[in-house]
Amino acid sequence: MTRLANPFPGGDPLFNHGLDLTVIGFVIVKTLIVFGLLLVSVLLYIWFMRKVIADMQNRIGPDQAGPFGILQTLADGIKLFFKEHSTPARADRPVYLLAPFVSALAAFLAFAIVPFGGIARLGTHTTFLQLADPPVGVLWLLAMSGIGVYGVMLAGWSSGSKYPLLGSVRASAQVLSYEAAMGLSIVGVLVHTGTLSTRGIVLQQTWQNWHSFVSQWLWLPAIGAFVIFLIAATAETNHPPFDFSEAEEELAGGYHIEYGGIRFAIFYLAEFMNMITMSAIAVTLFLGGPSGPKLGFLNQGGWVNVWIVPVFWFLLKLWVVLYATVWLRASLPRLRYDLLMDLGWKVLIEAAFLWAMVTGVIVVGQDQHWNLWIVTPAAAVAALLVYGFLMMCVPGKRELEDIR
Amino acid sequence: MWEQQVAFWVLAVAMAAAAIGVVRSRNIVHAALFLVVVLAGAAAQYILLAAEFVAWVQVLIYIGAVVVLFLFGIMLTRAPMHDDAGALDNDQRWGGLVVALFVLGVLIALLVNAFGGKKIHFSNALVSLGRTSHVGTDIFRVFVVPFEVVSMLLLAALVGAVVLARKD
Amino acid sequence: MQLNEFLILAAFLFCTGAYGVLARRNGVLVLMSIELMLNAVNINLVAFSAFTKNVSGQIFALFIITIAAAEVGVGLAIVLLIYRNLHSPDLDEVDQLKG
Repeated sequence: MTRLANPFPGGDPLFNHGLDLTVIGFVIVKTLIVFGLLLVSVLLYIWFMRKVIADMQNRIGPDQAGPFGILQTLADGIKLFFKEHSTPARADRPVYLLAPFVSALAAFLAFAIVPFGGIARLGTHTTFLQLADPPVGVLWLLAMSGIGVYGVMLAGWSSGSKYPLLGSVRASAQVLSYEAAMGLSIVGVLVHTGTLSTRGIVLQQTWQNWHSFVSQWLWLPAIGAFVIFLIAATAETNHPPFDFSEAEEELAGGYHIEYGGIRFAIFYLAEFMNMITMSAIAVTLFLGGPSGPKLGFLNQGGWVNVWIVPVFWFLLKLWVVLYATVWLRASLPRLRYDLLMDLGWKVLIEAAFLWAMVTGVIVVGQDQHWNLWIVTPAAAVAALLVYGFLMMCVPGKRELEDIR
Repeated sequence: MWEQQVAFWVLAVAMAAAAIGVVRSRNIVHAALFLVVVLAGAAAQYILLAAEFVAWVQVLIYIGAVVVLFLFGIMLTRAPMHDDAGALDNDQRWGGLVVALFVLGVLIALLVNAFGGKKIHFSNALVSLGRTSHVGTDIFRVFVVPFEVVSMLLLAALVGAVVLARKD
Repeated sequence: MQLNEFLILAAFLFCTGAYGVLARRNGVLVLMSIELMLNAVNINLVAFSAFTKNVSGQIFALFIITIAAAEVGVGLAIVLLIYRNLHSPDLDEVDQLKG
């Protein structure tokens, strides 16, 4: 890909003229819109997931509440809201009450940096269609996914019973392990784009012509990082086939088994919010976020092309990724726990390191105008050779027993 | 300027209270949560000092990994779930208090003597100092050898932790 | 802002951590108190970095954060080993070498 100049070097232009009441109003309205968007996406996603899985299994799925059963999730939520609250006698009450909110808050805050549209002009103000664009956006994302672990961990511990504790220890070990691989895979993107801000990353992937689909959008230039990121993000969100924190056959539901009513609903909400956030991040980092071809027959600078089309492209890409997650859920059985840890520590982290090196070669090659069709495969083959050598050094099961 | 002052004191009081919570709490998980408050407060102080990158690395590494590791350790060593007065402290409590107060007094006297009246001046240059690009450039130009040494140390710690914690 | 405000806050955190190291007997809690002390040092470094307009302080703070992560990893492994051998995480019970 070629580096593009950033038209907004100072971040969100909303704050260019200082802070006054209108600007604060803008921020509040944007917060409400983003929160609403996330909530509606969760409601729709749960319905969508049940419908698609039902289709894949030759069932009908929810069809009672509203047209095509689209209000089913809302109905479930209302039912949970009016259920009785109960706290286990051995629970650590303040922590027990706090845990669901930590989960949901972290999931929402991570979504705040996702650019879901282009640029909006209202009166004299211009703003990005995204809640916040910190210069360290990607670090913020990783930090929030780290804080999300607390919800699971504290819920499991404070319930005062064995199964939730086991579920939460499993989940936290899993998330910690895969966060390393995820962070390392994002390094590939950062080397390509040269910025940590999510808006900057999206601006680097601006659509110019059909060629940008393979040259500017990072899914192909950073294909290794993309694959690693998808696997790590699936594990990070405790999504099947990596849903060990629940594992209903072994743990009877995992960390939230002692929760009921609205608090259970908040955990459920946080889980799906996390999923949608991770999918949106995948879209942002690798699939160009809101960029895409504009409608040629309309004015290029008109409101349809500036406002509506980027949001449309973002939502379209988001739902394609979300469909893929449903597909995963419907078709893959759960892994074994030791295999999960092996995959994280012995495969993904090494692969992410090697891909970071390949990325270095690619970026230098672009700077020096080498032929990338030769350089990239050569670097990848070299990386695979190193990886194979590393794997040969790992003793197999038989050898380990001999050593003992 | 007064906004920074107010923010500093709110954070400082919260951090001090939480720090006392870490060393006095009778419940080990609550102590870990107090530690989270202290660490988050420190990150906020870094932002007040315009060290943005360090602040988010602090949240990412300390809160996202180190304290989670602590919680993990707590659960693996099967800490008692309920408040337990005597089990967490030893009988050096009063001696420890005397030492801590003495060191605090000496430090405060020293600091007031050495840096009394010195002011931190905030400017755009200070803000650009803490930017990721600036910090990154300096790490890889000026501090590249310490950086490599630290990565070796991390590798050694990783191997060491695995060797120590293995069952066989 | 006064430089001393940050330094005295850091001094307080450091002394609290020192008290914790002396007064706690649970291994995990001792490690937590050490984290408090390391954090106090970090606040000092970043404050001096802002005071002298020199980025080195921030980079040292980053190194300390890294080293703290390594220290916690090894420290918890040791506490785990103590727990496995003595069936208790209390550091006061590690006295087999006493004559």
